[in-house]
Amino acid sequence: MAADQKSMFSSLDFPLLSGIFMICGIGMIALYSASGEDVDMLIKHSARLGFAFLAMYVVSRIPTSTLSTLSLHLYCAGLVLLVLVLSVGIIGKGAQRWIDLGFVRFQPSEIMKITVPMMTAWILTKHPLPPRKFTLSLAVLAVAVPCVLIILQPDLGTSLLIAASGSVVIFLAGISWKLILSLGVAGVVAAPLVWNLVLHDYQKERIITLFDPWSDSLGAGYHTVQSIIAIGSGGVRGKGWLSGTQSQLEFIPERSTDFIFSVYGEEFGLAGVILLLVLYLFLVARGMWIALNIDDSYSKLLAGGLSITFFIYVFVNIGMVSGILPVVGVPLPFVSYGGTSIVTLMIGFGILMGISRRIKPY
Amino acid sequence: MRTLNGFENDSGVIHLRYMQALLVIVGLTFLLVARVVYLQIAEHDRFESLSQENHIDEVSLKPVRGLIYDRHNEVLARNVRVFNLEVLPDRIRDMSALLNELSHAVELTPDEIGQFKTTLKSRPSFERQILKTNLDEEEAAIFSVNQHRFPGVELNVHLQRNYPHGNLTAHVVGHVGRISPQDRETVSQRGDYSGISHIGKIGIESHYESMLKGQPGRSQVEMNAHGRIIRHLSQTLPDTGRALHLSLDIKLQEESMKALEGYEGAVVAIEPKTGEVLAMASVPTFDPNLFVNGISRAKFSELNTSSRRPLFNRSIYGQYAPGSTIKGFMSLVGIENGYSHDRRVFCPGWFSLPNNSRRYRCWKKTGHGYVDGNSAIEQSCDVYYYNLAVRIGIDRIHEGMSRFGFGQKTGIDLPNERSGLMPSRDWKQRARQQSWFPGDTVNVGIGQGYMLMTPLQLASVTATLANRGKSVTPRLLRMTENSVSQQLEPHIVPDKEKIELKDGRSYDAVIEGMRRVVYGNRGTARRLQEEILYDMAGKTGTAQVVGIGQDETYDEESTPKEHRDHSLFVGFAPLQDPRIAIAVIVEHGGSGSQVAAPIARRLIDYYLIERLKMYARPETPSSGKEA
Repeated sequence: MAADQKSMFSSLDFPLLSGIFMICGIGMIALYSASGEDVDMLIKHSARLGFAFLAMYVVSRIPTSTLSTLSLHLYCAGLVLLVLVLSVGIIGKGAQRWIDLGFVRFQPSEIMKITVPMMTAWILTKHPLPPRKFTLSLAVLAVAVPCVLIILQPDLGTSLLIAASGSVVIFLAGISWKLILSLGVAGVVAAPLVWNLVLHDYQKERIITLFDPWSDSLGAGYHTVQSIIAIGSGGVRGKGWLSGTQSQLEFIPERSTDFIFSVYGEEFGLAGVILLLVLYLFLVARGMWIALNIDDSYSKLLAGGLSITFFIYVFVNIGMVSGILPVVGVPLPFVSYGGTSIVTLMIGFGILMGISRRIKPY
Repeated sequence: MRTLNGFENDSGVIHLRYMQALLVIVGLTFLLVARVVYLQIAEHDRFESLSQENHIDEVSLKPVRGLIYDRHNEVLARNVRVFNLEVLPDRIRDMSALLNELSHAVELTPDEIGQFKTTLKSRPSFERQILKTNLDEEEAAIFSVNQHRFPGVELNVHLQRNYPHGNLTAHVVGHVGRISPQDRETVSQRGDYSGISHIGKIGIESHYESMLKGQPGRSQVEMNAHGRIIRHLSQTLPDTGRALHLSLDIKLQEESMKALEGYEGAVVAIEPKTGEVLAMASVPTFDPNLFVNGISRAKFSELNTSSRRPLFNRSIYGQYAPGSTIKGFMSLVGIENGYSHDRRVFCPGWFSLPNNSRRYRCWKKTGHGYVDGNSAIEQSCDVYYYNLAVRIGIDRIHEGMSRFGFGQKTGIDLPNERSGLMPSRDWKQRARQQSWFPGDTVNVGIGQGYMLMTPLQLASVTATLANRGKSVTPRLLRMTENSVSQQLEPHIVPDKEKIELKDGRSYDAVIEGMRRVVYGNRGTARRLQEEILYDMAGKTGTAQVVGIGQDETYDEESTPKEHRDHSLFVGFAPLQDPRIAIAVIVEHGGSGSQVAAPIARRLIDYYLIERLKMYARPETPSSGKEA
């Protein structure tokens, strides 16, 4: 019995699991406050968390070799769904991000958050690293295609995050700094073009308000300004749980989803913020440790890619609510209220745990 | 599958990159921490105060407007609870659909919807707007049950100004109305209006606005992002405005209105001793309650364009030729200037100036024969006064009449009273760029020509006469009351000096003439003496509205109504200790003795007998209904 139990949960990485649990706990506390003490919301959130943990557990039991072989299939399936969602959107003459299967609705772009790093890692590890030009081009293409499809939805935020998750894998695979630098230069050159041709007005507005949210504090900058006021007024110790005026009196927009960090920052102050950051960094560090200690290139790249991408989510969310990044709809991992993203995250960590299981003890 | 060797090689590459990535992560984390430290430590004070400003707000607490009473504590203006349907425009996605839906639950007239839509366009969308006022209990109940279907629509209870005597007091008490954009410009100088939505527009409500309005209170509240009040933090309560006790006797006012029913005209009754206005009626009138929350366009235009001019307060804005009613004063000015009251003048029925063929007619074509001062007043002989006026001359007439207040505002506590007109050489030169002709003087002698007076002025000078020269400032406010402590404070008006004449007996001489108007055998108002219980003095007046040619005769029957004479009467009673002085004007009523005089008698009767109970009507034999 005991042996069975052990083997049943042996796929779970204890440090990662406890870190996730702690962050989810903090998330529940913050959400209870942010939702205006809405117990129903908390129950729904718990149900989703439960489902997500289940998904994580299942994924953690899939051998990495299987994942590696499935990379191409999953990636292609994701692409098909993206095309599908886009064509439905075109027919329906409106932005379309969701696929509705009747019993569940999900965004295909969420799948890509996992499959793009998998696909990239798979392509890159076919040949010795660092990649040659052809392999590299192939990898870049694998990242670019879904990104373009998602931009068309249009969902710039998610597209950028997916581009980041793929790019991180490519970066870890060791492309030369020369190439990175020249890409950077190209980016700077392309920026005006992107500004004029690709970006929608509301996206431009978000970027403009980033630089000076106070210039339009009641209009486009309202979200950011209220969020900054909330965090700033929290001070070192915070205003206390359920006592944040910015939060409780609904000055913070989207307070239970994208802006939940502002609620947390207002009520728990710098102390709470540091605690949360430490927990996040612990997860990232554990992920990196797994990547460093696993002995196949695919797992190394994937584990590293997923960990760093996770950090990027955290960074982008906190960066946006504290006013150093534009407002792109990125939830705070494990804390924000919201369905699909939490499942995707858990699946990512499930993969990490699956990899961690194979690390040979010293 | 690639070899282990290949992996070792890969591993080296990846590990190097990991170290670099780690550096970036540490760097970015440091950036985040730095940002949060900046916000929460370095700039904490600033954001702390910003968050305070965000949710702590001061709201004004509307004061209750002071009540208005008549002299017997009858309420003339009060505040009643009303249900208003209010809309928060920025909470509503589809206004037309909402109005459509709402009209099933609450009756909405096209007028109300139209007015509401007009306001919506001109006001910011975060400002709540009234859709319908004065819902009755049933409508309010029906809406309350269905309220959940109409987010953004609220049923609110307000105190609304209400005038229980409606049209009886429309002109005098006046009414309040919503503060208009024009009002807003002056409101800041008139004190604190925060939270106050209505302001006195006309009448007493306007004149004593600053006493009535009260002082707004303040409440510090916690508000959420949508402006909804979560809780009150601290409060200073508003002060209720002062209550006003007017001198008006609403019963006499009502009787005056009744007496004038069907006519256009005015009655002003004053207590001579104090100058307190007992009644001030202007007919036709209107319902002031219509104006409190904004009158509909159609209704206003109906009132405003009516040929009977119900919105026009004739008692202080109407300026009429006083006609013969001022003959008593003309006599006083005459006596004062050496024109003896006993002098006898022969009236052949007409008068003409030397070297001028134009005849100025006496109202009695056959003439009065020889008349002295008393019989001239009694019979209202025009020729006597033509003669008197020409003898004294316009300059002395102007000076003498001005002493009694002719051509000057009375100083009543109502806004914008008119001053009437006591013509003079100067005035004619200034206003008409013409010199004064002797014929002008003739007309002034009988209160015609350029001379104009308001009904209030007529009543006021009559009070002066009743007081034997002691003039008073007519006024409506007797006392003010602290609405909380109910402490009364008399409203003091500075005394006027008695108008001293060279011969102190002149007043009584003229009053004797005016007594004979009622009691003399030939008195123009001798009909009034029937069954009269007290002594009174009076003077009829019949004022020409259009000039009559030299050879025409005036025939009332054949004259179109708007050209008929105005009918006037002034009088006071009782003779020795006057309690009431009255002026009655009936526009186009014809002769003063036939229309205005009986109205005056009826009102004096009513006041002295029914109100003051100074006299008792003789028992009339019962009509024996049981028979």
